[in-house]
Amino acid sequence: MRRFGTISGLITAVMFGVAGYASSAPPPEPIQRGEDLQISSAELGEYGGTLVVGQRAEPKTLNPVIATDAPSREVIGRMIGDLVHINRVTQQTEPALASSWKLSKDGRSFTVNLRRGIRFSDGRPFTADDVVFSIHLYLDEKVHSPNRDLLIIGGKPISVVKIDDHIVRFEMSQPYAAAERIFDSVAILPQHLLQKNYDQGSFTQAFTLNTAPDAIAGLGPFRLKQYLPGQRLVLERNPYYWKADRNNHRLPYLDEIAFLFVGNEDAQILRFQSGETTVISRFSPDSFSAMAREQQNRGYELLDLGPSLEYNFLFFNLNDLPTDKFPYISREQMWFRDLKFRQAVSLAVDRQSIVKLAYAGRGMPLWGNVTPGSKLWINRDLPHPERSIPQAKELLKSAGFSWDQNEKLFDTQHKPVEFTIITSSSNAQRVKMATLIADDLAQLGMSVHVVPLEFRAVVDRVFQSNDYEACVLGLGGGDADPNGDMNVWMSNGSTHLWNMHESKPATPWEAQLDTLLNQQLVTLDYKKRKRIYDEVQTIIANNLPFIFLASPNVLVGAMKQVANFHPASLEPYVLWNADELYLRQQGVAAVK
Amino acid sequence: MLSPRKVLGVSLVFAVAHCAILFAGFFAPYSPIAQHREYAYAPPTRLHFVDARGLHIRPFIYRSIPTKGEGFQYRDDHNSEYPVHFLARTSDGIHFVAVDAPANLFLMGSDGYGRDIFSRVLFGGRVSLLAAAVATLLSLLTGVALGGAAGHFGGVIDVVIMRGSELVLALPWIYLLLAIRAALPLHLDPTRTLILLAAVIGVMGWARPARLIRGAVLSARERPFVTAARGFGASEWYLLRRHVLPQTFGIIATQAVILTPQFIAAEATLSFLGLGIGEPVPSWGNMLSAFQQFQTVSSYWWLASPLVALVGISLTYFVLADALHQAKAGISSGKSYA
Repeated sequence: MRRFGTISGLITAVMFGVAGYASSAPPPEPIQRGEDLQISSAELGEYGGTLVVGQRAEPKTLNPVIATDAPSREVIGRMIGDLVHINRVTQQTEPALASSWKLSKDGRSFTVNLRRGIRFSDGRPFTADDVVFSIHLYLDEKVHSPNRDLLIIGGKPISVVKIDDHIVRFEMSQPYAAAERIFDSVAILPQHLLQKNYDQGSFTQAFTLNTAPDAIAGLGPFRLKQYLPGQRLVLERNPYYWKADRNNHRLPYLDEIAFLFVGNEDAQILRFQSGETTVISRFSPDSFSAMAREQQNRGYELLDLGPSLEYNFLFFNLNDLPTDKFPYISREQMWFRDLKFRQAVSLAVDRQSIVKLAYAGRGMPLWGNVTPGSKLWINRDLPHPERSIPQAKELLKSAGFSWDQNEKLFDTQHKPVEFTIITSSSNAQRVKMATLIADDLAQLGMSVHVVPLEFRAVVDRVFQSNDYEACVLGLGGGDADPNGDMNVWMSNGSTHLWNMHESKPATPWEAQLDTLLNQQLVTLDYKKRKRIYDEVQTIIANNLPFIFLASPNVLVGAMKQVANFHPASLEPYVLWNADELYLRQQGVAAVK
Repeated sequence: MLSPRKVLGVSLVFAVAHCAILFAGFFAPYSPIAQHREYAYAPPTRLHFVDARGLHIRPFIYRSIPTKGEGFQYRDDHNSEYPVHFLARTSDGIHFVAVDAPANLFLMGSDGYGRDIFSRVLFGGRVSLLAAAVATLLSLLTGVALGGAAGHFGGVIDVVIMRGSELVLALPWIYLLLAIRAALPLHLDPTRTLILLAAVIGVMGWARPARLIRGAVLSARERPFVTAARGFGASEWYLLRRHVLPQTFGIIATQAVILTPQFIAAEATLSFLGLGIGEPVPSWGNMLSAFQQFQTVSSYWWLASPLVALVGISLTYFVLADALHQAKAGISSGKSYA
């Protein structure tokens, strides 16, 4: 009996030691008269409990304006409010801090009505001044916000004017098709806390991880409670949050969200399986299969949400290189620039095998730049040519390639076709894709080598030195709107991977893409805009600057006690509705 | 002390393993790079001797068929028996064992591309053992030359070589290797990578044998017969060649069998980190890089097969080193080993 007591004591100690955050979150503030709360239509929940999330890396900052890394954004996203928010499930905009908005007839001016009577997480009121101040922060070149580009339309920054305490107006130099979507995730910050820092030129040092919790405030459902370097960051309920449920109970339901820093995917999975963390996302399909086998015994549920917005692709170095810089690449570019060569490669790639072996079947083969995850924009009429080695050979033959008696492929100058594909060694799926492609292309007589490199080395070669022949990479994430990809497809875009630093479009079809993309940018009508973007997709699929491979599915998991769990295929997959999540009673006891 | 019978047994395992690796093309049922994409992560194929008709002398297998479900799962189709052929002639030569298509004989299961792990272990052993053997040869040659010179000539030469060896021993070699690899071109063909790997490992490994050889040379050169030969006017080179170095042969032999498994592990480490031979050519190290994903290995345990081969082969080397050492001690103390 005594022994049992010791063991149960130990278990309790471990549970508290690990969880260790017996909640002392402030209760929600009573709703005041005139407070313009947003009413959530989600299922009614119950207060209490801590949601524990395993994060592979620590956030680097809590400053929303300058954060670039995913862990920082994931934490900050729970602490901030934006004017208009994209619903991650419907992929449509919905009111947030802006209770309503109106676009002028010429499409150049936005009048936004702000919620009245609502407060920051430190209890101070929110007004139009905070909006004007925040937008200025994002646009200030000295601040170097990575989001600044999003607020520049037609080459000019948007301007913001305070009409009264609760109305602001945004002016744009030209109509903007994505319209109110640009306000998603643009944080509205407390002027009363940050004005001093900004005036002193030390804004980038504000809201760091070392800032005291009471010196940070936001309009999100949670606020900072504690940060323990190397261990965890805990957010607690914002008692002044501006959303309530149908019974007029102020959200969020959860007392706290704790982010545990776990280091890597394996640790993240082990902690989830042992019940130490409550939700999980961003793990590999192989892990999904392994975890799925135990989901009955361990009390969690895994979900496959279908295709994400991430698209993986193979591309060749089509940069305009000085011939003496990398003579061997310049020579090989004769093949890479030949559309028939790229078409033959595309025809030889076995996309079904990529999905099966790299994503354990949890993905979709791709033939275009928009994944089926982007419900509003995918061009469903794009052809999906079947894999065909004979057709690929036919194309190579018509382009002047030939084979010797050992079936080795030679170009018009009788040089063997041999090149190297680089890819990021930290992404096991992409290494697998490259290896499968090398094997597929061997069937065309090409000798293809795969060299996995550290991610930074890959980025450096693609963006800076251009010292590579071919590369497998992935893009996507953010928003489903076509504008998110403008920097990839515009010939002067910063992520125009296959041919960086183009001063003018290198080919007629790139010029055509530029025209169409600029056209869709100012087309307000969805149907017209979709037609233009369909054409963009067709041009890309016909000219194959990228050979599209596959899109992974979004895989998430949660303990069964997590309710209102509606993960989405847009990031952040599971925490986007953290304000509505709650833990069922039995679960609360388990977590506490 | 190991009994002679055990030493004989280990020697037999040693010989068989090396033979299988040397003649991998014959013993491996498949090419190490042949992908069977429909059979990724297939478990080891079971050999059967008994079916409904009774006992068979020739083993047979059931064809495995992918089943629907989480991950990669297979079931045996008991209606399709495929006899295992020995010394079978296939399209790519004669193989020790083979089964007819569409069945697959994966004696150690298959990897994430559906490649036969047994075949890859054998072919990978070639890379790992060859790299280790060349590296051992290189480090012993360097070690004997430098250690011999240091011990025999003494003075400044001794000081320079020995301080150099201490420097090499103190260097974190893995960083040096990373730096060397980063400085080389992106892709090297497997032969060049192999030579490079062996050279890098061998050059880094000379210090320890050099120090041992130096010690042996120091003691040998003071022996009375060496002094006598010197008195008769023998040259330094003649003394080193005729009298001193032969005294170190025992050490060289023992060092060779001790260094080889160490260098097998070094090759595995480099390939594990992606600095050795690249896909699709197998080596024990790059095969083990599957271990970087815990979930994969925990689901498909047979991916650990190269580890068994690596540990097994290394153990036989260590046992042989021990036996050699004991034989040498026995001889020098006047006892015969048997």
